[in-house]
Amino acid sequence: MTALYALYDDPHAVQRAVDGLRAAGLADADIVVMSSEPFEEYEFSHRDSANWLRWIAGFGGVTGLGVAYWLTSYTQQAWPLVTSGMPIVSPWPNLIVIFEMTMLGAILATVVTLLITAKLPSRLPRLYDPEVTNGYILVGVQQPAADLTPTLTAALERAGEGRIRTID
Amino acid sequence: MSRTVNNPLADDLVRPLFRTSVWFYGAALALATVVLCGAAAWAYQIWYGIGVAGINWPVYWGFYLTNFVFWIGISHAGTLISAILRLVNARWRRPVTRCAEVITVFALMIGAMFPIIHLGKPWLFFWLAPYPSSREIWPNFRSPLVWDFFAINTYLTGSLLFLLLPMIPDFALVRDRATGWRKHFYGALALGWQGTTKQWHRLEAGMQIMAIAIIPVAVSVHTIVSFDFSMAHVPMWHSTIFGPYFVAGAIFSGIAALIIAMAVLRRMLKLEAYLHPVHFDNLAKLLLLMSLLWGYFVFSERLTVWYGNSPSEMAVFWATQRGQYAPLYWTMVVCNFVLPLVILSFRALRTIGGAVVASLGVLLGMWLERFLIIIPGLAHKELSYSWGSYSPRPPELAIMAATFAAMALLYMLFSKFVPIISIWEMKVGNQPHPPAPDTTEHEDEMAELWRARP
Repeated sequence: MTALYALYDDPHAVQRAVDGLRAAGLADADIVVMSSEPFEEYEFSHRDSANWLRWIAGFGGVTGLGVAYWLTSYTQQAWPLVTSGMPIVSPWPNLIVIFEMTMLGAILATVVTLLITAKLPSRLPRLYDPEVTNGYILVGVQQPAADLTPTLTAALERAGEGRIRTID
Repeated sequence: MSRTVNNPLADDLVRPLFRTSVWFYGAALALATVVLCGAAAWAYQIWYGIGVAGINWPVYWGFYLTNFVFWIGISHAGTLISAILRLVNARWRRPVTRCAEVITVFALMIGAMFPIIHLGKPWLFFWLAPYPSSREIWPNFRSPLVWDFFAINTYLTGSLLFLLLPMIPDFALVRDRATGWRKHFYGALALGWQGTTKQWHRLEAGMQIMAIAIIPVAVSVHTIVSFDFSMAHVPMWHSTIFGPYFVAGAIFSGIAALIIAMAVLRRMLKLEAYLHPVHFDNLAKLLLLMSLLWGYFVFSERLTVWYGNSPSEMAVFWATQRGQYAPLYWTMVVCNFVLPLVILSFRALRTIGGAVVASLGVLLGMWLERFLIIIPGLAHKELSYSWGSYSPRPPELAIMAATFAAMALLYMLFSKFVPIISIWEMKVGNQPHPPAPDTTEHEDEMAELWRARP
């Protein structure tokens, strides 16, 4: 069997299903939950909440700042043109360019990290059901061990009214 | 406590993508014709030179720069408002955000075209870009025009990504409902989105960070546009108030544009069930607040100039108060201050129709404001022998009309290919809440929070 999953229309049932699969001995990393909207108020959606996005955004910002500082000061020294009595390397006007590139660095780093960690773009996996975008919530397991399958099926059934399906 | 699946929400919001009325084709054709006329006028100007436009000594900035500032101002409707509402977690934002963010992207694209049109030789635009040429000549970073290049490109990039990322889950929804070429098209746009908890977390965390980053960028953009003026020794331009004055005006005109766009979408796409009167009421209150703020800035600016009594500035001052520009000036005051105050202060008048009328007035008023900042100052410089006047020529009028048509056309096409209201965000708003923990531990935790944040 490639995958075993259940579709629920009730997030409470999903929570019970996830708890049941855990009780059956599965690790969080082995339990797949898919939905057409985030469920921030439910524990099952918090399993993957730890991330480094903020730090990477900060790093992107610092990189942008460094590049902008180099770009402005190096190019002004490379062609030393006095403009309106300002110093060759003029900190006040340069600050504007440095600010914009700092923010651009933070934004681009955030987006690139988001795409990589969310595995986008990618092909749709075998464990997917278009009913998810109709509002159902999928709880499943990929490559379940043969001896565990009855226990997992029972856990999914106990969680609530759901449609249990398998992919061979 | 089960949710309603297969609910009509997604059906309603996806329907415009699959069905096209005859009206759509007719309107698109009419708007495309106006855009083509504008393109022909631009081609004419390129062929015969910038002299065919009305700009001439001493008024070198005319309609093109007026429209540049106007459209960059309109762009403040979307990403800025959306980011603020997202950060404060305003529940009523859900149907509004995407309508608003689209305005930002298209208005920025249109606004950024005007300096290129104004160049006369648009193929030399790349001189602004920082690249190592063979003679090592770089852009002069002390020039406000270079600041514009960086600010607008940063804001456009950020706004585009801020718009696109939350569209991915909706593309996945359309992918699963579509057939034929649409399935492939939306499948490619969905990037293989599945809706795993990890993907949702990354998306929400990323949007939160981008919302924080985009707000100062949005403020900086119009501040930097104001620097194009305030860095110059032109009467009534060299002012420290210009930065916040421009930003306030930009948000003001942006909200007005958003109200009009939402009202049109509500009627054309039959979105009455999602764009409620309360959304217009909230935006109308914001518009009223910005109108008062705009009045405060104008009063402060005018009073300071009048009190200073500098001859060169007073020449511009009187030209706008009771001279040749007075009709435009007082129309601006009525449109930007009197009209919103009268219509939006009273609950009975603060209807969808009332908000649209006030917004149309504000758009006209804010366009006039941009015109009145640029033209009278340039026409009345320090020495009276250099005074002049300006009137637009047909190419300028045609290009200006084309940009308004282009905005409407792009918006129409966008709403034809993308759900104009974020479906997944609307679903989040309709979610059932889990039962609140009723434990002593929870109460202790809440009490601790209140102690820490009185």
